[in-house]
Amino acid sequence: MVTDLWHRLRAFVLRRSVEDEMAEEIRFDLEHRTDKYTRAGLSGGEARRRALLEFGGVDQIKEEVRDARGTRLLDELVQDLRYTWRTLMHRPGFTAVVLATLALGIGASTAMFAVVNGVLLQPLPYPEPDRLLSLYEQTDWSTQYGNRWSFSYPNYLDCRDSRTLTLAAFRYVGGTLAGPDQAEYVDGREVSANLMPMLGARIVLGRGFSEAEDAPGGSPVAIISYELWQRQFGGQPAVLGQRIVFEGRPRTIIGVTDTRLQPGGPNDIFLPIGQNPEPRMRDRDVHGVQVWARLRPGVTAAAAQNELAVVGRRLAAQYPASNRGRTFMAEPLRPNVGDVRSTLWLLFGAVNLVLLIACANVASVLLARAVSRERELAMRAALGAGRARLVRQCLTESAVLSVAGGALGVVLASASLAPFIAFWLGTLPRAKSVAIDPQVLVYALAASLASAVLFGLAPALRSATRNLEAALRSGHRTLGGSSRRFHGAFVVAQIALAIVLLVSAGILGRTLLKLSALETGVDTRNVLVARVALSPTVMTTPEHMRASWRDVITRASHLPGVQAVAVVDTVPMRSGNNQLGYATSAATPPPDRQPLALATSVTPGYLAVMGMKLRDGRFIGDEDRFNTTPVVVIDEVLARQAFSTTRAAGRLLWFPQMGPGPFEVVGVVDHVRHWGLAGDDQAAVRAQFYYPFAQLPDPLVRRWSQLMSIAVRTAVPPLTIVEPLRSALRGAASDQVLYEVRTVDQLASDTVAPQRFLVVVFGVFAGLALVLACIGIYGVLAYVTNERVPEFGVRMALGATSGDVMRLVLRQSLGMLAIGTVLGLSAAFGTGRLLQTSVTGVQSMEWPAVATMVALLVAAALLATLVPALRAGRVDPLSALREI
Amino acid sequence: MHFDRRARYAPVEAKGVYDMPAERLELPQGTLDLLILKTVALEPHHGWAISERLHQISSATLLIRQGSIYPALHRLERRGLIKARWRTTENNRRAKYYELTRKGRAELDEQTDAWRKLAAAIGQVLETV
Repeated sequence: MVTDLWHRLRAFVLRRSVEDEMAEEIRFDLEHRTDKYTRAGLSGGEARRRALLEFGGVDQIKEEVRDARGTRLLDELVQDLRYTWRTLMHRPGFTAVVLATLALGIGASTAMFAVVNGVLLQPLPYPEPDRLLSLYEQTDWSTQYGNRWSFSYPNYLDCRDSRTLTLAAFRYVGGTLAGPDQAEYVDGREVSANLMPMLGARIVLGRGFSEAEDAPGGSPVAIISYELWQRQFGGQPAVLGQRIVFEGRPRTIIGVTDTRLQPGGPNDIFLPIGQNPEPRMRDRDVHGVQVWARLRPGVTAAAAQNELAVVGRRLAAQYPASNRGRTFMAEPLRPNVGDVRSTLWLLFGAVNLVLLIACANVASVLLARAVSRERELAMRAALGAGRARLVRQCLTESAVLSVAGGALGVVLASASLAPFIAFWLGTLPRAKSVAIDPQVLVYALAASLASAVLFGLAPALRSATRNLEAALRSGHRTLGGSSRRFHGAFVVAQIALAIVLLVSAGILGRTLLKLSALETGVDTRNVLVARVALSPTVMTTPEHMRASWRDVITRASHLPGVQAVAVVDTVPMRSGNNQLGYATSAATPPPDRQPLALATSVTPGYLAVMGMKLRDGRFIGDEDRFNTTPVVVIDEVLARQAFSTTRAAGRLLWFPQMGPGPFEVVGVVDHVRHWGLAGDDQAAVRAQFYYPFAQLPDPLVRRWSQLMSIAVRTAVPPLTIVEPLRSALRGAASDQVLYEVRTVDQLASDTVAPQRFLVVVFGVFAGLALVLACIGIYGVLAYVTNERVPEFGVRMALGATSGDVMRLVLRQSLGMLAIGTVLGLSAAFGTGRLLQTSVTGVQSMEWPAVATMVALLVAAALLATLVPALRAGRVDPLSALREI
Repeated sequence: MHFDRRARYAPVEAKGVYDMPAERLELPQGTLDLLILKTVALEPHHGWAISERLHQISSATLLIRQGSIYPALHRLERRGLIKARWRTTENNRRAKYYELTRKGRAELDEQTDAWRKLAAAIGQVLETV
């Protein structure tokens, strides 16, 4: 076997010298043979003739020897490649157009696959990611939020001694970092010491936490992220041992993590969770710890689940007050990619439709060429080329084109990845794992070869099925029905695909227009919102914190250009909300039966800052203090839900989670689209109420103070007061910071950013599809019309007018257009349903948009038909007949 | 990977090209290889010598299109049954000499044995029936 392969390989690589050797061997034989007859007395010529007769046909023998060498397929491949090269070089324009089309199609598809692969398909960047689990608590009863809970810290500690799992915990801890330069607000996580070893995450510099540090009274240490290291410490190795002040507490940096360690999202700082002295960490009723786990070697997920259930039952018996009906569940740990999944798949689908259209285009171009090469192919068949050989040759050409196009496409894709990610609204999750890696290259190759089959098969098969004798006789002047049907099929496919993309773009575009025209419920112009992290030194007593907030409002309102100031916990159209159950009587239903409303804690200036309209009663005022009647202001949605009227001032409401109540409704305001322009209409909880920050119960003030934002209405462009505001609020110790600074205009516009992004991308794709489809229609019709010139000549000679001939061409085009449109519309209907389920805000098929888009395509297609039709009408019967 | 086109250009094609004695025998498929192996078993030969020896030994009773030993030689070489080497002849010409490999010798023994058994079996049938 090895000798065999080696022999073939040698024969192939050294085929020139092998060929020479064979020639010499045969010459040697013939000379001796001739010699033999000469010596027997024959004349030179006669001896030679006898020798040749005896030997057999020299060229035939040579062919057989070549066969025997076993390199025929390879030889032919080389021949085919050379031939392909020559024919392609012979028509550089044609080649360039085909290559450009394929490069665009395959390149776009490859780039999109790279994104899908990096964001959705790549496993977590840890060893054996399939053995990682995410754990949560589950109760056999539900609240209004459902029955899934994050862990309480004591429950985590009780689950930790597991035989089947290695458990690790972390919880969010954001705060002010007073660095060498200035204070900034950073996101962080308190983590258990074993989180990084359990995941297999790398420490870039220094070390991880020790078990001693992950316990009450452990030394104050911190690990920082790679990004923070680069940003604040310039990537200096001397960062180890340096002190930073986080939330007013000095800590020593002991390590720098790998940039990929992002439990729960990007973090800048990690602290040991076991050191946290807060009482909440000892309370089984406080749930806020996330638990990840890794299966121990040889353990199945089912065994781990069984063990967790046993622990759950034991704890339920031991601590019935907090754990009755509560158990622990495990599910596979997946990368957190938010809501981009459906968007990415949509784009991937769309881009592949473009690729299909490109393939159809190339196929019809190649088919046209195959028809004009019919005579050549027939000649080659007549000279002994096998059918299989001809098909192979055509496929070789397709493969060369598509692989070259694919290679160009990969270049395009790698160049376009960075701009695409930058263009992505906000931050694309896991953008770091998007790259042209081997999987993507394999995809590009597969896409290229699949394209080659798609666009190369029809021309290739055609080359084989032609009737040789008829083709030679007829030349290239007639065009059989089968070929026209082939061409027609490609045009129909192109039109159908283009319609799908155009209709999708139309639906999205119209949805975006509708959404942009919606009222947000607030006056979005000239409003600045920013989160404020109070100085850690004042976060002591509720009185201190309340006073600090009053101070913040006073300082801000004295800035020039500021018209109104308020402090608020949740801001419309920004992430974050507080959903509370409410009731209209003192006899409140159980929690899972209570309707929910969005609670917003505000100061009196909020109405003026947001420019909301008051429908009834009054807004919250300075008279609503800690010791006065608890009041709320509700929006019209809540008013209708609770009282079936918007004139609800003076009515009473109960909010069991905020105290015994009742709360007096003092006013009604307009609804505010808290969930954004796109999402609010379909949101599950829309009702809203506002309550005075001054009446917030003492135990909650600390938590709320970590969440509050300042909202400012300005008379000047709001971004110009960011710096004055920042310095005005810095505080005595310069450690009071603003973060997440936004204008409400930005927030409103960001809520339709995904839709806008999709409209742009789909618009580009649809435009591309439209152009490609028109080129396809034009090309095919121009070609078919050209081939039918003699036929038109005959028709006109027999009395047809040029109008008749034009109608003939038009009818052909309209037929294809009609079939393509019907097919495309039925596919587009499915796509419309898909858009409705996967894009927020799309609520109907948007028929006007569909009609517009179909009209656009039909118009463009007719335009593409016009030129060939006119040409057909101008055929001169005499010269046309001469061409037959 | 390899196209064997022997079937299409069987040695029979030489028939009719020039007249031949009526008693000449057609060579059964595949036996040419065996004969070539046998010819080079004693000492290395070049193609022409193999051809001549086959012709002489068989007393010209076998119908072989003489050139067809070359495809056969290349096939055998590829299978590793013989190997080729360029050497100078007595007349000081370069020629390609073929010799049997160890694998080739084993193949020759096996094929000879098989052929004998087959011939004997067929002979027996022909005589008894």
